[in-house]
Amino acid sequence: MVILFWRTLLALPQTWRQRQKVFDQFFEIGNASLLMVCILSFFIGGVIALQTGPVLVERGLASAVGGVVGIAICKELAPVMMSILIAGRIGSAMAAEIGSMRVYQEIDALRTMNINPITFLVLPRLVAIAVALPLLVVFSILVGWLGGALVSVANTRIDIPFEAFFTNLNDVVAIKDVVNGVFKSFIFALVVGTVCCHQGLITRGGPRGIGRSVTKAVVNSIVLIVLFDYILTRILLR
Amino acid sequence: MLKGLDFDVQAGEVFVIMGPSGSGKTVLLKHLVGLEEPDAGDILIQGESIRSGDVLSKYRLAMVFQSGGLLNSLTVGENVGLYLSEHRLKPPAEIARIVEEKLEVVGLAGTQEKMPSELSGGMRKRAAIARALVIEPQLILYDEPTSELDPLSAVVIAEEIASLNQRTGVTSLVVSHDRDLAFGVADRIAVIHEGRILTIGTPEQVRQSSEPLVREFLSAGFKRNSSWKSGYEKHA
Repeated sequence: MVILFWRTLLALPQTWRQRQKVFDQFFEIGNASLLMVCILSFFIGGVIALQTGPVLVERGLASAVGGVVGIAICKELAPVMMSILIAGRIGSAMAAEIGSMRVYQEIDALRTMNINPITFLVLPRLVAIAVALPLLVVFSILVGWLGGALVSVANTRIDIPFEAFFTNLNDVVAIKDVVNGVFKSFIFALVVGTVCCHQGLITRGGPRGIGRSVTKAVVNSIVLIVLFDYILTRILLR
Repeated sequence: MLKGLDFDVQAGEVFVIMGPSGSGKTVLLKHLVGLEEPDAGDILIQGESIRSGDVLSKYRLAMVFQSGGLLNSLTVGENVGLYLSEHRLKPPAEIARIVEEKLEVVGLAGTQEKMPSELSGGMRKRAAIARALVIEPQLILYDEPTSELDPLSAVVIAEEIASLNQRTGVTSLVVSHDRDLAFGVADRIAVIHEGRILTIGTPEQVRQSSEPLVREFLSAGFKRNSSWKSGYEKHA
């Protein structure tokens, strides 16, 4: 997996030549996940507000709700949840597509034509996911904040004005916090892309093998996302 | 899986490797194009080992896979022109012209915009041959070109292999267990079993081979209610 990632990095200068495939993958990721990101982020923001709002209001900290929701979403929930979503939605498709190409000799056919499967298959997917996931996370953060704000306004146990929610959020959340979250998602994107493409490339044994690869790709991606989340959080907290 | 195989293929000939399923034919082909590496021994092209650097990229080799190996996400036209477009060897208009020409050669004119899933098994194999032709190969390797095909489609593919060899002088290496195909197109035939060559020679020499397993392979036929037991089974 590390070797595959390294070889893909070495193939980066070929990105411009593969730009059409990168665009295709990029739009596929957007099309497949934008609505899900929107729904998931809105309700995650709402649930965080619902869980923390009443507790903070009871202790006279109503003005802190915006900050708590804002920080939780941009530093942790949006990058981790969206990466897990993308691992399930897009990573699984990557592993299945490449796995099926492997099983049905399409990758062997590429090799006999002197076409490098890493440049042809892995590079466009990795570049597309590395660009798309951080953008989806920015979108998710904004929608999550909106969800938190609407719940804070509508819920009678919280009952904070819209402006007050965002004023507090603006006071607490710094640009650096958003950048941290987006940076994390960039690393998670590389993890998901590499793990899923690698699982696809090592697929063996027909349709059952493809199924096994997809499952392993998603499970390994999620485990590594959580692991890298801890490591990155430790580093970025310094 | 392959044990002590030693044979030469002459430039411009159609060489058929024949043998029962599981005898190592496809594995041998994969070794020849560098998809697998031999544990021991070597494969030489014009005296140069394929292990030494860029020998495989020095010669134009093409392989027609058992399943066709067409990329299902691309149209037939994109598949056929893939080698040229990926290596930027010709401008798009020229590639389109070559694709049209090669598809016509294999009797698939006008299928450029179709997806591989819209083609029959025989058409997919012919499209794979068209893709191989685009490379203008010096050596074409066919992996079970007539498997899963009805007899009529098999004849079309066999004619294609023979006429290509005559027209372009390309060296053809065919792996198959189809006796009709082998004796129809081959200049020379090797029969292998369990990774070893049992016999090698012209179709006539192979037909007259005294090797029991070869004789059995060539004469095997099904008779209802017979108590016939394969020598291959006995041997195994």
